[in-house]
Amino acid sequence: MSFLEVRDLSLRIKGEQTRLLRSVSLSVSVGEVRGLVGESGAGKSMIGKAVLGILPRAVEVAGGEIWLDGQNLLALPVAQRRRVIGAKAALIPQDPLTALNPSRRIGPQITDRLVDILGWARNRAEARALELLEEVQIADPARVMRSYPHELSGGMRQRILIASAFAAEPKLIVADEPTTALDVTVQKQILRLIKGMQERHGTALLFVTHDLGVVSKVCQTISVLYAGLMVEDSATAAFYAGPRHAYSRALLAATPKYTDPLGSLTPVPEAVIAAVRAEVAAADGGWHG
Amino acid sequence: MRLLTTAITLFGVAVIVFFVIRVVPGNPIAMMLPPGATEADVARLTALYGLDKSIPAQFLIWLGGVLQGDFGTSITARQPVLALVLGRLPATLELSVMALLMAIVLGGMAALLGTLRRGGRTEAAIDIGNGMALSVPDFLWGLVLILGLGVFWPVFHISGRITPSLDLPFVTNFYLFESLVRLRFDLLVDIVGHMILPALALAIPLAAIIGQLLKQSLKETMHLDYVTLSRTKGYSETHVILREALPNAILPTLTLVGVQFTFLIGGTVIIERLFSYEGLGNMAIDAVINRDLPLIQGIVILFAVIFTGVNLLVDLTYAALNPRLRHG
Repeated sequence: MSFLEVRDLSLRIKGEQTRLLRSVSLSVSVGEVRGLVGESGAGKSMIGKAVLGILPRAVEVAGGEIWLDGQNLLALPVAQRRRVIGAKAALIPQDPLTALNPSRRIGPQITDRLVDILGWARNRAEARALELLEEVQIADPARVMRSYPHELSGGMRQRILIASAFAAEPKLIVADEPTTALDVTVQKQILRLIKGMQERHGTALLFVTHDLGVVSKVCQTISVLYAGLMVEDSATAAFYAGPRHAYSRALLAATPKYTDPLGSLTPVPEAVIAAVRAEVAAADGGWHG
Repeated sequence: MRLLTTAITLFGVAVIVFFVIRVVPGNPIAMMLPPGATEADVARLTALYGLDKSIPAQFLIWLGGVLQGDFGTSITARQPVLALVLGRLPATLELSVMALLMAIVLGGMAALLGTLRRGGRTEAAIDIGNGMALSVPDFLWGLVLILGLGVFWPVFHISGRITPSLDLPFVTNFYLFESLVRLRFDLLVDIVGHMILPALALAIPLAAIIGQLLKQSLKETMHLDYVTLSRTKGYSETHVILREALPNAILPTLTLVGVQFTFLIGGTVIIERLFSYEGLGNMAIDAVINRDLPLIQGIVILFAVIFTGVNLLVDLTYAALNPRLRHG
């Protein structure tokens, strides 16, 4: 069994019949980086949120299972589920400007999980935080630990959040569009940093993004979502050589290329959209939630 | 700068009070003299208290005294105003602070519970309770409490500050504080038993305001990214609210509490009367009834000093809680 296994997961808005996620299955093993791709609203972020137990209050699980390290998360009571997730998984959030608490110093925001959830001594947690801040190439980590978020740049804050995510040596990290909110110049560094950290620490990484260019650099496997339906699940090399699904092929064709930025911008053909919508409808027809 | 604005504020208050209470009809001298006093008696006494001089002249004399720490002599009690007022101040301070703490605890708990159970029946019930608490003024709450917990189900005292027959070892008028320091828990229980109903009457409307505003800001904070991130770390929802959301959500509430606390102190005037609680407010009503001009002035000035002090305290706390303000 893989470290993370999502089986036939369906999500819906409370009180509504239409599903946001339509019986999606995927797995991520330790050491594997899986890209989760789709247009906005396809449900890719929802999978990550469901795994980490942070679905919006209006969204509920309509079916399926989430197994983390051999435990069925959805079968656990909420408090226990949170502790399991906190000990074994971590989130690299999308927007570094809003993901740090403005009224708390950086140090405790990195060490709190180690001390409160994993029961480390404070000194040991602080030493660990310093070590991690150095690993994400932050100069003068001791000073940064005492700083408040508003004293640091966006790039610095994202490095801190990455360090914080790796603090407890989780075996799974969910990165939810971790470079979308950053400057293009910083994006590349952060991407390289996440990839490097993932390799050194040997974690499973679920990389949520709408950017196929990023996937090709970072991921070994790729899942493509359309309207909450998984239409493709391939190894990255195979995906770029020739996607199995017509929608993925169109999506790949719609990605701008550096050699011909404007000419390569082909929208997804309507026939392909119609075909994939028919698949969605068929999936809904066979589902009884 | 702060000191200068405070001084100007206090001066303004002094001027207004001084002139208003002299323009309002009613003559302290007439109330002091027995029936059948002659015109000459009235004139003699009026001159004795300096009330025959023009109002601006009286003000200058009074101001000169105040600057030397002399607030004049009470007409009815025939004692120095300053000593009278300072003697009553501890009773009112203890009552106000106790009411404030009760309001913070009650309102804070309502806000916390409402946030934890947001969108459900519990929150609806809290909203209804807050609405009721807010729409009934403090003195009516006082009557309700007197009837409920004083008369029908007499668990608390409804009159005075302490049972008069008790032997008091106190050297200050901070009865509550001193009984705590002296570890005289028998007296403490008696004092709290006297204070709890008037304090609760003052606290209920403020608790509702705190509960409503704090719940609103907490709910807005609850879906911010850093709160969500804290959930993924393994913390319980209560912990997430207390440590991540509360420090950021509390700032607007704090400002309001400062403003509302001054209203609460104003409310002690009626509540102390209602519960025959020997504080400043009760003294103020007597002073107004008896047209005891120097005493009224002294009490109002003291209230003004308390209000400006509270505002200063709020500003300082605000800066201490908000790191962005501290550096700006």
